Parts: sequence; structure tokens; C-alpha cells
Amino acid sequence: MTRLASYITGFALSVVLTVLPLVLLWMHEAGGHTYPSHTMMYAAFVVFAVLQMGVQLYFFLHMGEEARPRFNLMALSFALIVVAIVVGGTLWIMDNLSRGQHEQLPFIEGVITPATSND
Amino acid sequence: MTHPSTHSGQADKVTFGFWVYLMSDCVLFAGLFATYAVLRTATFGGPAIDSIVDLPYVLGETLLLLTSSFTMGLAMLAAHAGKKHLTLAALTATLMLGLGFLTMEVYEFAHLLGAGHGPGTSAFLSSFFTLLGTHGLHVALGSVWMLVVMAHVYVRGLVGGTRSKLMCLGLFWHFLDIIWIFIFTFVYLFGSL
Repeated sequence: MTRLASYITGFALSVVLTVLPLVLLWMHEAGGHTYPSHTMMYAAFVVFAVLQMGVQLYFFLHMGEEARPRFNLMALSFALIVVAIVVGGTLWIMDNLSRGQHEQLPFIEGVITPATSND
Repeated sequence: MTHPSTHSGQADKVTFGFWVYLMSDCVLFAGLFATYAVLRTATFGGPAIDSIVDLPYVLGETLLLLTSSFTMGLAMLAAHAGKKHLTLAALTATLMLGLGFLTMEVYEFAHLLGAGHGPGTSAFLSSFFTLLGTHGLHVALGSVWMLVVMAHVYVRGLVGGTRSKLMCLGLFWHFLDIIWIFIFTFVYLFGSL
């Protein structure tokens, strides 16, 4: 594949991967927000985003053509690990915190009567 | 990494160094994305994300940026073929598309601010403006940088130093495109569900 053909393929794929999730969203709205389900939609959006990133990295940034040792790929992999830890870790911790705020601690219930006034 | 056959060792080091910068920028955006993900429901009586998303408009922004990434690729090809005027033409197209994207984003921000939904309204809007604003700032600085590189190409031609500047700019521009894809997905698509 020539370089130009590679860029054109990449561009066409990236447009398709942008429009497809929107089509999916319109299907979802046409189906009265029931099918495809919300979970499926979120999953599909993430899959399309990751595919899109792959297309950009392969066709535009030519990640596949790097000579060994692949330092660029190593740097990218490390960055993606850090991104996963930062984003995943933040969501995990913050989700736990917001759950904790609403939860009644079971061992306190029945032992301490809930206060009805401020005294 | 890009076009290894035409690269000298020094230019390879420059692009690798720039690549490492891009990866650290990636981590910066990870922090902003994490903040947004945590605060996106903290609307404090202000508008929620689903009421400020206009998907056809965002699709327009996305297509402008995707096309600009493509024309940036064409500029790289032209530079490698040693075609100075074609390179400048492709860069001009990229710049126009990038400025088109920025205009749309500024209009979107102005619309929100005009409706009284500034970044001070809620934690959600603070994180929204920070995430999108940081990306927009990158595009704006990239546009200024593109003008500088275009001047270099125009005056000096496609010599070694100019080529390697062009290569870094290309990496930067494609990288911003990838960041936008995630904004498109996690802010706009997730927000409209």
C-alpha cells in the first residue's frame, strides 16, 4: 500500500468510526432508549474510541513501521498504563467514597438510636 | 518512528524526544478526563451534560479535526517528496480546518457563557471547560506553531531542520486528534445517552 493510499484508508476509517456510534445512538433513541441497552451503548462507544485510536496510531502515526527496538511503542505503552492507573484509580476511589457517604454502617444500627434533634 | 528510511539519526532523536513530551501530555489529559468523569454529575442546579450537547454540531467539529489530521498527513507526504508548494498548500488547508474547529469551539463556549453557564456555575462545568479548554488551547498553540513552520518552509525550503520541525508538528496534530476522539466519546457521546 502506498503512503497516500494508507492516509486515505485511515481517513475513511476514522470518519466511519465517528459516524457509526452516532448511528447507534439514533437507533437507541428510535428504540425508546431500551435497545440497544445503556450498558451496551457505553461498551460500544468505548470500543469505537479504542478502534479509532488504533486507526490514528497505525495509519497517521505509522506505529506499525517503527524499527526495533520500538522505543516509541514502549513510551506509548507506559503512558497508557499510567493513564489507566490515573483514570481507573480515580473512578474506583471516588466511587467508593460516594457510596460510603450514603451507607448506614450496619454495626451502629440498633446500638445507637438516631438523634432526632441537635442536642 | 515515522518514515525511518529518510531519517538521519539526529532527526530520529528529535522526534523521539517530542514523542516523549506527547506521552506526558497524554498523562496531563488523563488527569483532566478523570476529574471530568468524577464531577460530571455534580451540576449544583446548573445544566447537566445532556442539556448542553448538540450532537450534529459536535460531529461538525469532529469532522473538521479529522480532515485536518488527513491534510496534515498529506503535508508530510508532500514534504517527503520534496514538493515545497504542495507542502505549504496542505499546511494551509490544515490551518484553515484547525481554525474552523477553534471558531466552532469558541462559539460553543460563548453560547454557554452567554446563557450564564460559565465555568463558575458548577463543578461539572468547571471540569468541562478545563478539559475542552486545554484541548482547544493546544489546537490554538498548534496553529501558531504551524504558521511558524510554514514560514520556515517558505523561506528555507524543505531542508533537514525544517523537515524535523514539520515532523514534530505532524505528530502533535495527530495526537490532538486522538485526544479529541476521547472528548467526543466520553463527554459528548456518553453525555447524550
